[in-house]
Amino acid sequence: MMRRIGIALVVAWALAAASAPVLAPYSADTRFAALLNAPPTVPHLSGARLTIQPWRLVSRLEQQYDRDSSREIALRWFAHGHLVESSDPAVPLTLLGTDSFGRDVFSRMLFGARTSLSLGLVSAIGAVVIGALAGGVAGYLGGPLDDVLMRTSDFVMVLPAMYVALALRSVMPLVLPASTVFVLLSAIFAIVGAPFIARGVRAIVRSERTLDYAVAAQALGASGPRILFRHLLPAAFGFIAIQLTLLVPGFIVAEATLSFVGLGFPNPIASWGTMLHDASANVRVFADFPWLLSPAAAMFLVVLGLNLALEGRRTGLESLR
Amino acid sequence: MTAYIVRRLAFALFLVVAVSSASLVLAEIAPGDASLARLGPTASRQAMERARERYGLNRPLAVQYGDWLLHVLRLDFGTSMLYDRPVSELIPERAANTAILAITALVFATFVGLPLGVVTGTRRGGLLTNAIRGGSIVLLSMPPLLTSLFLVFLAARTGWLPIGGMRSATTAGGGVLDVLQHLLVPAAAIGLPLAAMFERLQSQAIAETIAEPFVIATLARGVPRRRVIWRDALKASLRPVAAVYGLVVGTLLSGSFAVEVITAWPGIGRLMLDALSARDVYLVAGCAGVGSVFLACATLLSDVALAYVDPRVRE
Repeated sequence: MMRRIGIALVVAWALAAASAPVLAPYSADTRFAALLNAPPTVPHLSGARLTIQPWRLVSRLEQQYDRDSSREIALRWFAHGHLVESSDPAVPLTLLGTDSFGRDVFSRMLFGARTSLSLGLVSAIGAVVIGALAGGVAGYLGGPLDDVLMRTSDFVMVLPAMYVALALRSVMPLVLPASTVFVLLSAIFAIVGAPFIARGVRAIVRSERTLDYAVAAQALGASGPRILFRHLLPAAFGFIAIQLTLLVPGFIVAEATLSFVGLGFPNPIASWGTMLHDASANVRVFADFPWLLSPAAAMFLVVLGLNLALEGRRTGLESLR
Repeated sequence: MTAYIVRRLAFALFLVVAVSSASLVLAEIAPGDASLARLGPTASRQAMERARERYGLNRPLAVQYGDWLLHVLRLDFGTSMLYDRPVSELIPERAANTAILAITALVFATFVGLPLGVVTGTRRGGLLTNAIRGGSIVLLSMPPLLTSLFLVFLAARTGWLPIGGMRSATTAGGGVLDVLQHLLVPAAAIGLPLAAMFERLQSQAIAETIAEPFVIATLARGVPRRRVIWRDALKASLRPVAAVYGLVVGTLLSGSFAVEVITAWPGIGRLMLDALSARDVYLVAGCAGVGSVFLACATLLSDVALAYVDPRVRE
């Protein structure tokens, strides 16, 4: 039951991220200059139609708004390639309010999901590739190479991952195009995450290579790489799948932390980290405009979903006991 | 046991030297240097050259590194270019703050997480078990980045606790009460997810232990259930938690980075961030050195503790 809820949560977010251009009423950098830090517009039923009411600025200094209940703006469905939008361009539909630049938080959260989730997934896959390769080779060959690889992984695993990522990122030029940042961050995360995969894969490969089927393959004249990739690594598949699921949330949070301190994606790009960075320019900002924290809620839901999906199967190493 | 401790000590020493050296070299080879970060992009070429000369940045990398290493042996950690003060003056206070934060969080997590884990692991079902388990799963999905944002949000909305500004002008010199008040939010932010992790681990460990023959035998001899669980089974089930203690310190430091930045706790994390972005190589190396000393001490302690609990790991 819990697992199903978890899987449903993760799938829902993945779909939302994939269909962001349709689900989001606006693009990630559309600004409404008259609506800075405006609260969410809540759609409600008026007659048979869903309508919203415009916000009227009460205090420019404190950025306080008042609902203009004399007007009802109808929502328009399936228009201009969006699922839903406001029928009056001057009264935007902002389901989660706007940020301090007047951008729609809901739209940015969906586009941010694309950045954050894909970065988490790509980094985790990178870590799996590096880790499975290193662990597989170390476990299959043994000897000095095994020693060197495993000592290195032990060393990296002891270090606080966040500081390793921070140090590696901050020695690169600060201002980089978004695509370069994406590649750079996923490479850094893959390196930091790989040892966790390598250790387990090595243990599995070591214990499997003495089993009959591996010895039989060797007797039939199969080459080393063939035995490793065709026969031994598939034995580690369960472990790898679980570790992949465990790494993704860590990387999503790592991106958010780096973006939070200004070392992640450059400004117009929406990611959950850059959104939290904008929200916390100072504490008063998100205390007064709590909807700015919605990317934090989004992150919580994704991590919760991944954790629930893994309930009861923690390691994938049970076969070794 | 002595040989084991010596081996672990050697690893600890290697860890400290390797981490501080690596971070120094990394900061050196990074594009841009402290003179640029200090004087800004509009500084004249001559001014930059003078600054490089003064801090010895114009020498080859190997010479700079060797010189730094020689000075470190004499406990001279160089001068911070960002603050124009000796690194050895800047670091102790910040390092102490991070240590206070990390230790408070760890103690809190241990004394809350472990007993709750024993409760949930020994009682199947029931309202209490399910409530604790649910709470743990929720908290496990909230890394310190999120808990600290949430707690700071709560503190700012309710005004119950101060946000940032420890040892502010109003409380010159600080005092224990000031530190405690400011400590609550960041320590809870790191401690809560950690407590949840300990609860889950301990719950599983003790559930496995109470199924063992020796527990059943003890119960059969008429020893009260409460005493069997809290004295005999608890002791035998501590290994998994003891085993993660060494790795937890890395997690603690990682978590405390985000928390220090969000809650404005004046620890080593913020200093490291500033030093890195200013390319303040000696300060970077100093921060990394202190961090790795924490790490080395903690892994050493947890290794020894684990070897004590479980003699098999000494081999």
